Amino acid sequence: MSALVHLRNLSKTYTRGLQKVEVLHGIDLDIESGDFVALMGPSGSGKTTLLNLIGGLDGPTGGSITVGGERLDQLSENALARWRSSHVGFVFQFYNLLATLSARRNVELPLLLTRLSGAQRRQRADIALQLVGLADRAVHKPSELSGGQQQRVAIARAIVSDPELLVCDEPTGDLDRQSAAEVLTLLQQLNRDHGKTIIMVTHDPKAAEFARRVVYLDKGTLADNAQRPAA
Amino acid sequence: MKYLQLVWAALLRRKTRTLFTLLSVVAAFLLFGLLDSVRGAFAGAGSSVAGLNRLVTISKITFTMQLPKSLLERIRAVPGVADVTYANWFGGIYQDPKNFFPNEAVAPNFLDAYPEWRMSPAQRTAFGNTRTGAVVGAALAKQFNWKVGDKIPLQGTIFPQKDGNNTWTLDLVGIYNITDPKQRAQENALLFNWEYFDEARAFGNGSVGWYVVKVGDPARADAIAQAIDAISVNSDHETKTQSERAFQLAFASQFGDIGLIVGAIMAAVFFTLILLTGNTMAQAVRERIPELAILKTIGFTSGSVLGLLLAESVLLLLLGGVIGVLLAGSVAAALEATSGFVLPPIVSAVAVWVRSLGMMVLIGIVVGALPAYRGLRLRIVDALAGR
Repeated sequence: MSALVHLRNLSKTYTRGLQKVEVLHGIDLDIESGDFVALMGPSGSGKTTLLNLIGGLDGPTGGSITVGGERLDQLSENALARWRSSHVGFVFQFYNLLATLSARRNVELPLLLTRLSGAQRRQRADIALQLVGLADRAVHKPSELSGGQQQRVAIARAIVSDPELLVCDEPTGDLDRQSAAEVLTLLQQLNRDHGKTIIMVTHDPKAAEFARRVVYLDKGTLADNAQRPAA
Repeated sequence: MKYLQLVWAALLRRKTRTLFTLLSVVAAFLLFGLLDSVRGAFAGAGSSVAGLNRLVTISKITFTMQLPKSLLERIRAVPGVADVTYANWFGGIYQDPKNFFPNEAVAPNFLDAYPEWRMSPAQRTAFGNTRTGAVVGAALAKQFNWKVGDKIPLQGTIFPQKDGNNTWTLDLVGIYNITDPKQRAQENALLFNWEYFDEARAFGNGSVGWYVVKVGDPARADAIAQAIDAISVNSDHETKTQSERAFQLAFASQFGDIGLIVGAIMAAVFFTLILLTGNTMAQAVRERIPELAILKTIGFTSGSVLGLLLAESVLLLLLGGVIGVLLAGSVAAALEATSGFVLPPIVSAVAVWVRSLGMMVLIGIVVGALPAYRGLRLRIVDALAGR
């Protein structure tokens, strides 16, 4: 495996009113291509902030982020948006599907930014839905799907443009045990069978067990026993 | 076009709210279509008489000022004039002031100038032979259930009789029909003999309200109009020869400054529309912050999100606006059929459409600007965190 994500001396400080809050400081981390990493740590430890930085949703205050050879900390806002559209897929706790669009239309969304024709977009969306086991629910609206199914549609949306990296923020946080297991198994398949590099923030040790390794954060730094293979 | 599904989906997110907003846009542009047409009609009226075969000569000062009847033969003598007739506004009331309809005292040959007003030869002859004879349009006869042979007492509001009597009793001797739908409003008029009117009225004898001039060659209408007006140059009764349409509009404009009234109403309507639609758009965007954050997350640039939100408000305005202007065309047609005021075509008028579409896009951008700016400035991490 070769390193896909390089973080060097990464720091992030937020300004809240007159106060400056340093959320991350001095993070050095490499994540290999094809890895499945669970980011764990107590609330406020900076897990989501780190995930947002790796996914190009936010910029660091200091240090460097290199993903797939691209220095994200040096990209403009628009360049970052273009990079996200083709290199990274996102899965969130609350699915964040567009309520008025069908599952297929939701999955197609990232492809609107490509030059693909309508028929090609539809075909790729159907393949993605097939991969997540929802081929028969393509025309259903999010409100007609269960929580687990909605999260699988969100995963289909994340992989439809075939990115090398998936970032998942508490993807099972809003699901029952059964649905959570299904979603985590799906992520594991995408990592194992399709070579997707996955970084997943979770509180749940059972969810972390699906990852290849676990990285711990505490108070904005990697904990001493930061990295270990998942159980 | 591929983004249209997104814009459309956003509009359908709250169907009831969108429907009510759409209805307000429809109502605003229905008014705009009608009022802009009225304003345009007044602004453009009388600018040219080229190509017309019937002209109207009135006082240059105001159409309410009388002209001497002695002008009749001098106008007839202008080369290119095929025939001349004349009429006088009477302004009488039938039973109640609210029963308003145009009524005019007309020359014996007045109906010759309007061959499209159909009446039987016997009734035409009776009109010529009956001193107190009157003819009415079929629509007016139907409204008051009048039949040939009825006596119609009109109360003079301008012209009393010499004996002080203010009631002019007319004998209905004919009913005319107009087949052209665009002229059917003229079926709401009453005409009676000018000779009787002039003999009996207490003042203004020997004068007429306006002349109707039939032109032999419409291509020479402009030159003929100038020649007619040249007759009275530097006199105390200078004339203005214009199209019939300009003449009709001059009648309507006596009620006030039409352009100003129309402009004020349109400004009020659009101001209200901007507040209403702007509020709706702001609310719609506020509710969709997480969705907008997702669009940005998956790679839509801030500019794209701005464009989507502006497109949403412009589409809403265009949808409602086009329906409104189309409806204005239907309402104008209904007005033409029921009133004496004929509006220029709305739906087929390029100028009305250009102005309307311009207003739709402009208002769409204005009402979408603030919410779109909010979308532009939206920070993904804050929006996803619910901040």
